[in-house]
Amino acid sequence: MLDLMSGFVAELRNAGLPVSLTENLDAMEAIKQIPLEDREAFKWALGATLVKNGAHWRAFETVFEVYFSLRGPEYALKDDEDAGDFWREMQEQLRQGEGKGGAGAMDSLTQEELMNLLMRALMDGDQAMMRALAKQAVQRFAGMEPGRPVGGTYYLYRTLRNLDLDNMMGKIEQAKSDDGQPPITDLERRLENDEMQHRIEQFKQEIEAEIRRRLVADRGAEAMAKTLRKPLPEDVEFMHASRDEMQSLKKALYPLTRKLAARLARKRRHGRKGPLDFRNTVRHSLNYGGVPAEPKFKYPRPAKPELMVVADISGSVAAFARFTLMLVYAIQGQFSKVRSFVFIDGLDEVTEYFKATEDITEAIHRVNTEADVVWVDGHSDYGHAFEVFWERYGKDVGPKTTVLLLGDARNNYHAAQSWVVREMKHRARHVYWLNPEPRSYWNTGDSIVGEYGSHTDGVYECRNLRQLEAFVEKLA
Amino acid sequence: MGNRFDSVQAVRDGLKKVNYLADDGIASVAFLADRLGKPVLVEGPAGTGKTQLAKSIADLTGARLIRLQCYEGLDESKALYEWNYKKQLLRIQADKKSDTWSEVHDDIFSEEFLLTRPLLEAIRADDPVVLLIDEVDRVEVETEALLLEILSEYQVSIPELGTITARQIPLVFLTSNNTRELSEALKRRCLYLHVDYPDMDREKEIVLTKVDGITEHLADQIARIVRSIRQLDLKKAPSVSETLDWARTLMLLGIEHIDAEQAKETLHILLKYQTDIAKAAKELSSDK
Repeated sequence: MLDLMSGFVAELRNAGLPVSLTENLDAMEAIKQIPLEDREAFKWALGATLVKNGAHWRAFETVFEVYFSLRGPEYALKDDEDAGDFWREMQEQLRQGEGKGGAGAMDSLTQEELMNLLMRALMDGDQAMMRALAKQAVQRFAGMEPGRPVGGTYYLYRTLRNLDLDNMMGKIEQAKSDDGQPPITDLERRLENDEMQHRIEQFKQEIEAEIRRRLVADRGAEAMAKTLRKPLPEDVEFMHASRDEMQSLKKALYPLTRKLAARLARKRRHGRKGPLDFRNTVRHSLNYGGVPAEPKFKYPRPAKPELMVVADISGSVAAFARFTLMLVYAIQGQFSKVRSFVFIDGLDEVTEYFKATEDITEAIHRVNTEADVVWVDGHSDYGHAFEVFWERYGKDVGPKTTVLLLGDARNNYHAAQSWVVREMKHRARHVYWLNPEPRSYWNTGDSIVGEYGSHTDGVYECRNLRQLEAFVEKLA
Repeated sequence: MGNRFDSVQAVRDGLKKVNYLADDGIASVAFLADRLGKPVLVEGPAGTGKTQLAKSIADLTGARLIRLQCYEGLDESKALYEWNYKKQLLRIQADKKSDTWSEVHDDIFSEEFLLTRPLLEAIRADDPVVLLIDEVDRVEVETEALLLEILSEYQVSIPELGTITARQIPLVFLTSNNTRELSEALKRRCLYLHVDYPDMDREKEIVLTKVDGITEHLADQIARIVRSIRQLDLKKAPSVSETLDWARTLMLLGIEHIDAEQAKETLHILLKYQTDIAKAAKELSSDK
């Protein structure tokens, strides 16, 4: 047990969770209090003592699953027993449903029959059946071979492709109307759909868990945990985020902005003391018989910066620009004024889109569809975009303005026109460049961030939320 | 000191009796908090029953609930203790002639002149207490340090009096809305519990227990609609308390079966932002 625990904690640390020694000891103490056969309580005992951040829970669950849920003889035994029951049940259902006798064990079902079973299970919300089906599906479609060095996603993909879950929704609806259920209102249909989607999602998770279980049996927990290791939301790179990761990034962004705004507001109020408040001091001196024993100071009110964001939204860096804009607008109360411009090879102001609606996602959508950013061919041309910016909006850049330039500075070998950035620096309070590429890629190929960067107050690497947050805090 | 709870299941059943539906996580952590004698840090979105958990535990164990509401600018004279200096002054002036200096000195720094604040009160209590430190993320990072001694050692040091140790270890709950990252030192001393929105079945149960006379059918519909709404990309997802408000409203209006129209008209109880309401209304009426 001790070995297992230390391996588990080591893996948590590898996944990026800060687990201290005392927390480790607490966990040991906690599991002593819990009856070991209660898996749920065991998991929560570890979670409560080792994970101190809600965002890390997902990572914890994955590691836990690999280390504990999937091993232990009692688990397998129980499962098999249950599965036996399901099979009997299933066969019965099959007989009733399709009038076929003696279908034997699940292995002898045709694919079509399997699909029908799955559909029924989804419609009835029969969890036990779904679990058994997931097992069967993995066995049949994934084509897993021991020792093959392929990741779990490959098997998952193969299984799902064969199951064709995307069409399942339509089929279920069809089956429902065939069953002669009374017509329902739009609202009910929608709720029904949500329910079905939820169940299909559950089924997918079952399949995933099943694949993992088999992989762990094949390769051992340590190796498996390593392949499953995923970066925490704040460490996901903008430029290489998958769709799921994008979703979790979006979710992580909102609480982050709230925290950031609270912190900035606090900093503004407490940071330093203002000048002496003469009136207030004299008033308080009356308490001390006219002696100004207690000096009073004015509240500091540092000027809020004016922000101009100029972002490249061409393919590769679009996600980064989007997150930066979202972040900036979410805390726009911290700036006296925010204006935003987007470009590919042409440039357009998009401040209005953000003003028109409170909903940032919608504004971003409008930016992507309506902004006029293509000039010639739709490949990044920083030089031309900057020229246009200077020509049209240069006069608005003043000594209070901070200019943020976002992009990877991959200019497709166009003219750099870096004099614009130099002029900006002259007139603006600060000019910063944020680059979503890793520092080691800078100035390679057609990247000319160095040439622009030399005219700015600083070039910052912003590959993930953590770095972006740190920069914005410094800015405001 | 005896244990308050026998098993995780006992916590769960007990909480159910006082009308709080706990899931596995909540019950397990509450059980551990008692066994390990550690405070619990409860984090999660607003309106998911974090404060209610502490109240219900107090209810369940028959303990007195002592609550410290945190806010910016909270200091030790509000949280821990304060000397009642007016009374001290009176004491000094009352008999100027008779006492010697040392007598007065010993006298005015005795317990008689001590004003206990929630934290000290929880420590000194003879009867069982549950200490709730609400919205701990609102105090400044420096003030957090005030809590450290009491959370790990269950004692308070007063320079003039010495160290006051707890007569019994109280159950301590800290809640946080996560507006800022709490310090490592504080987190390390606590068990961590993240309370999220309940899943559909549990929410339905909650509606059924908390709203009198509601039909199963309506509760089921409510839970389903709320789940659908939470899946949308909203500024503020509806909380459990808002779900309950909504259920009560529907009961008052005498609605037994929600249709899209009625849902739209009462959405403002669930959602508090105009853009959210518009979005949800659009989603509910369109069949995709």
